[in-house]
Amino acid sequence: MTTTETTPIEAWTRRVEDLVLDLDLSAVRAWKDAQPGRKAIGFLPTYVPRELIHAAGMLPVGVLGAGEELEIVRGDACFQSYICHLPRSVMELGLSGRLDVLDGMLFPSTCDVIRNLSGLWQLEFPDKFVRYVDVPQNFDPEVGGKFYERLLRELLGELCALSGKSPEEVDLAASVRIYNTNRARVSELYALRAEEPWRVPASEAYLALRAGMQLPPEEHTALLEEYLELARAAERPMQDNARVVIAGAFCEQPPLPLIRTLERAGCDLVDDDFMLVSRWLGPDVPETGDPLKALVDAYLAFGGEASCKYVPDGEDKGARLIASVREKHAEGVIFAAPSFCDPALLDRPMLQEALDEAGIAYTSFKYSENTGQLQPIREQAGTFADTIKLWGDQ
Amino acid sequence: MNAPVKKNVVKEPSMLRQKEMIAQHFRDLARAKEQGKKVVYTFVPGNLTELMLSFDCLPLHPEINALQSGMRKLSGEYIAEAERAGHSEDVCTYVKCDIGMMLKGNIGPTGEKLPEPDLLLLSYTGCFTFMKWFELLRERYKCPTAMLHVPYQGEGHFTEEQVQYVVDQLRSEIIPKFEKVTGQAFDIDRLRDLLGNSARAEEDLVYVLESAKKRPSPIDAYFGGVYYIGPLFTAFRGTPAATEYYRMLREEVDARAAAGQGPITPDGLLDEERFRLVVEGPPNWTHFREFWKMFADEGAVVVASTYTKVGGTYDRGFRHNPERPLESLAEYCLGCYTNLNMPTRVDMLTNYVKDYEADGFLINSIKSCNSFSAGQLVMMRQVEKRTGKPGGFIETDLVDPRYFSASNVKNRLESFFQMLAQKGQEVPA
Repeated sequence: MTTTETTPIEAWTRRVEDLVLDLDLSAVRAWKDAQPGRKAIGFLPTYVPRELIHAAGMLPVGVLGAGEELEIVRGDACFQSYICHLPRSVMELGLSGRLDVLDGMLFPSTCDVIRNLSGLWQLEFPDKFVRYVDVPQNFDPEVGGKFYERLLRELLGELCALSGKSPEEVDLAASVRIYNTNRARVSELYALRAEEPWRVPASEAYLALRAGMQLPPEEHTALLEEYLELARAAERPMQDNARVVIAGAFCEQPPLPLIRTLERAGCDLVDDDFMLVSRWLGPDVPETGDPLKALVDAYLAFGGEASCKYVPDGEDKGARLIASVREKHAEGVIFAAPSFCDPALLDRPMLQEALDEAGIAYTSFKYSENTGQLQPIREQAGTFADTIKLWGDQ
Repeated sequence: MNAPVKKNVVKEPSMLRQKEMIAQHFRDLARAKEQGKKVVYTFVPGNLTELMLSFDCLPLHPEINALQSGMRKLSGEYIAEAERAGHSEDVCTYVKCDIGMMLKGNIGPTGEKLPEPDLLLLSYTGCFTFMKWFELLRERYKCPTAMLHVPYQGEGHFTEEQVQYVVDQLRSEIIPKFEKVTGQAFDIDRLRDLLGNSARAEEDLVYVLESAKKRPSPIDAYFGGVYYIGPLFTAFRGTPAATEYYRMLREEVDARAAAGQGPITPDGLLDEERFRLVVEGPPNWTHFREFWKMFADEGAVVVASTYTKVGGTYDRGFRHNPERPLESLAEYCLGCYTNLNMPTRVDMLTNYVKDYEADGFLINSIKSCNSFSAGQLVMMRQVEKRTGKPGGFIETDLVDPRYFSASNVKNRLESFFQMLAQKGQEVPA
């Protein structure tokens, strides 16, 4: 009998998976316990300016649901069967006390469900700080920009009032720098995955990204650097997989086994829209001038596309997805959207039409964060990968 | 098989007047191109009708097309067409009905082809789906699109900054697009005149809706209410025709109240008001009269509803104001019902139950409308707790006939009415 020694990257993966799957948010509790008076603020997908929370001296915590890890009872009593799964698991986490560690919650303007969830949170947790973050859909600096700037200044003031930090003490520029460094490491991770996908399985990249939903950005950056070093050093065989981009999973997250299933089906996920908050502003928010204005300008200028964001020019619809396919040398797109996700599912026909015109292959399925029946997805993704490999050039 | 609907449907004179107004509007739409009129597709919540009319544009509302297709039993076919074209079974059926109708030739309720839009006015108010809907239409029509982002009342009120943001968009985005599409200069005095007409009609609408505080209520504020809101929520707000319609409606309701009469149902005057209800959520359109009859047969009268506030919460005091035209339009958009946060919606329902002395309240949860439906179970518990009145919950859909199960809905309603009766809250004869 032989024993297999755990490699450093396997040890990293286990450690980070334990962190990510910990619904009690022990890492957040530990951060708060390390210094009396610390506070943490939860946020839902898709995008909030985490720099503001950080600058106010608090820990931003991504609340992305409970995956397949939790039996939903009270959450199901809040939502009808035709509402997606994320709000019911978030509500379950809240009502079961697992989110008590959070001193407030931000609900960004992703869709009607998250919007309404913000109000339910106000009703169910009246003593908690709750804010709806209505990011602009008008990208004119003189219109949407001004509105967003006022919104962010007000939000920063409220966050400071909550944390007890005087606005004079706030060093937002430092927070922007810290998150810029973090975004740069995230970009590096995605670049390496696209260049040498066999070195960076999507499941590991996902864990690396998701760890940032609980850790302070400085720690998360260090964790990413550790992973990048391990991944580059790891001896892993090159594989002849199909290179695909995942689209539609920007809010409710697919369970980790589903991501692994796609890999086992022969797909290298060379790009995705998981946890866009980590990449929403691009790698570099300007570090000179008024940092809050820099966050506003970066938001307006960022050309990223997600179903929750209005595309002012119809000609641009799907352009970002096609650019991702081209830049990452992908051979196809997998539309993976949560069931009952209006934004992703309404977007899908338009994106598919854009891909048709660009001659890019795609396949589509739906999931929920607790999807357990993975075999049909494995068969579908495997067939798609085989098709690409066999007839992709035709 | 659907249950047979009584053939001799009784209609109020105001309903007949409205029917003629709508028919004329669709005739105008059918001739729009030959008469050089510009057609603007837009939505009911946050509609800028006075602004459109000030540019001599003809509004067309995809939601209204969809609901009319639902009432005419065409929506199932349209939805199937959209699903065949790749639209998910999970998403809003208004969208799919509209897309399906477009794919099948865009034939309107009068049997004539609807004109293509010269402008898509995307008033993104209280419903995320609107944004995707008009992105989808833009793909098909390749016409200019004007996007008005109306921020949500997340904190239960709107702020000066939000009003300013909407006004800024009107000035920098919406009005210039209208000027470009129509070739006409913006005439603020004309807009003021139209807004003045609107305010008068709004006053009369509120008077009519609040008449339901009387016992018996002379109106049904849900099934009848959807007719009462028609002109103000669609193409006619600001027109003398709408003002006249509401004057006529008010007199009609006054006359019934003076005679101690209840509302007119499809079967005629309701003999006895047994239950007074508040209803949250839109109605089902595919079986509208059958649905209404389930209430009327039990003597259940809806005395207040939230659906009649999707196109404006006039009973909370808002009136269009000619003195502040753009600010007034902004405040109108911000105040539409589905743009209010959940605590405000719970407050409204609670106040309705109290102010209208309702015996209970009912939620008609719409499968394909997340804007309305997400969180309604929590709303129900909150309103029950605050009012002590029983709440009922049924599930249907807007225009997808697959999601209207008449027997299930009827069973649930009968149980609900029995519960009301057993609680001793039945109005004494």
